[in-house]
Amino acid sequence: MSAFLALLKRDLLLSVRQGGALGTALGFYMLVVTLLPLGLGADLNLLSRIAPGVLWIALLLAALLSLGRVFSSDYEDGTLDVLATGSLPMELVVTAKALAHWLSTGIPLALMAPVLGLLLNLDIGAYPLLVATMLAGTPAVSFIGAVGAALTLRAYRGGLLIALLVLPLYVPTLVFGMAAINGLLGASGSGSAFLILTALSLASIVLCPLAAAAALRVQMQ
Amino acid sequence: MQTLTQRLANPTRFMELSARILPWIAAAAAVVIAYGLYLGFTAPPDSLQGETARIMYIHVPSAWLSMSVYALVAVSSFGLLVFRHPLADVSAKAAVPLGAAFTFLALVTGSLWGRPTWGTYWVWDARLTSVLILFFLYLGLMALRSSIEDESLAAKLTAILALVGIVMLPIIKFSVEFGNTLHQPASVIRAGGPTIDNALLVPLLVMAIGFTLMFVAMHLKAMRNEILRRRVKSLQLAEVARAQSTQLAAAE
Repeated sequence: MSAFLALLKRDLLLSVRQGGALGTALGFYMLVVTLLPLGLGADLNLLSRIAPGVLWIALLLAALLSLGRVFSSDYEDGTLDVLATGSLPMELVVTAKALAHWLSTGIPLALMAPVLGLLLNLDIGAYPLLVATMLAGTPAVSFIGAVGAALTLRAYRGGLLIALLVLPLYVPTLVFGMAAINGLLGASGSGSAFLILTALSLASIVLCPLAAAAALRVQMQ
Repeated sequence: MQTLTQRLANPTRFMELSARILPWIAAAAAVVIAYGLYLGFTAPPDSLQGETARIMYIHVPSAWLSMSVYALVAVSSFGLLVFRHPLADVSAKAAVPLGAAFTFLALVTGSLWGRPTWGTYWVWDARLTSVLILFFLYLGLMALRSSIEDESLAAKLTAILALVGIVMLPIIKFSVEFGNTLHQPASVIRAGGPTIDNALLVPLLVMAIGFTLMFVAMHLKAMRNEILRRRVKSLQLAEVARAQSTQLAAAE
């Protein structure tokens, strides 16, 4: 457990002190949200209606951008080899790294959403729900993304490939994330979509490290 | 007592056996599809949709195959990762483009069918969208394999992705059950028997058998090609190694 926490702490420290990663993701998030109204037309009614969807999609793209770094720098400088021979099982290494990605990228992106919601004329009453669904859904984004990052570690031009592999797997998260917001905002007021979204996140926390660890082991041999 | 899969583990034996049965399966596929098309065109038109419903004789078998081929890819991937069966990767690699083709066919025919019946080529309903994602999964499998140079590494990573993607299959299968969707619910394979009339069901099943036979024939052919390609490659590598050693011997 201490090895797990040490690795988590190291990755969080790296993400803070190395800098760049979070800034790039947040900047990208902001830019996508800025570009969409320019492309769709600045009708405020339209924007407030599509704001949750725009924010969710921009969040997925911004998270995708930062996924390539989850394993690649540790792979290049040999840290991953050391971790692979260490006492911590590879599954827990992946869990620690994906968790660090969620804490250092997923949560800031989710917390940033209300600020961008202002730009999109999103109803202020919807902010808590928006952030709640994003906090519930972003663990799935980080853990599914870790599988994609692990699979493309040694791929030629992995950065482009990871989008093709991971975005289809994000579809259930996006669909239930939107259903959760609309269900809670709308008259139907059903919270079941929110529960399914949480279940998706919990299931990916359990299952994705298995796949990602298998992919890493194959490449470390 | 060896099981069939164990006996087929020897690629040479697989090549012999497949060479013998492939022409028969291909011929059977052609005959059954021809008969199915004849039945399909002479069947009475659908009571609601009229003549356009005939497109289901292509659409439904393609849609069934799009999912069952993915299941085959997943089983083959499991066979590679767990049992290290020598033909498992050959089977998975050969099946992926075929599955992508059937998925594409199901999407195109569905879209052409949707225009006269629903008034639109495409709707974002659960069934259509999940099949489109299955198509992207197939593309992802092909892209991942082609982007890694080391063939055995590419095989293992693609197998892992195929097993991750299997979560999509139940989502597609049951996408017509939950939520309101434009696509009709399952009408052939369902509890309580088919809801479709026998006059239309028989041609559909004949076409399904014909398409499956066609897939088996193409899959066997693609597997044979892949085995031959690997043999040629290892022969070339052996050639290069021998040329190098004779060069070294001459230099000494």
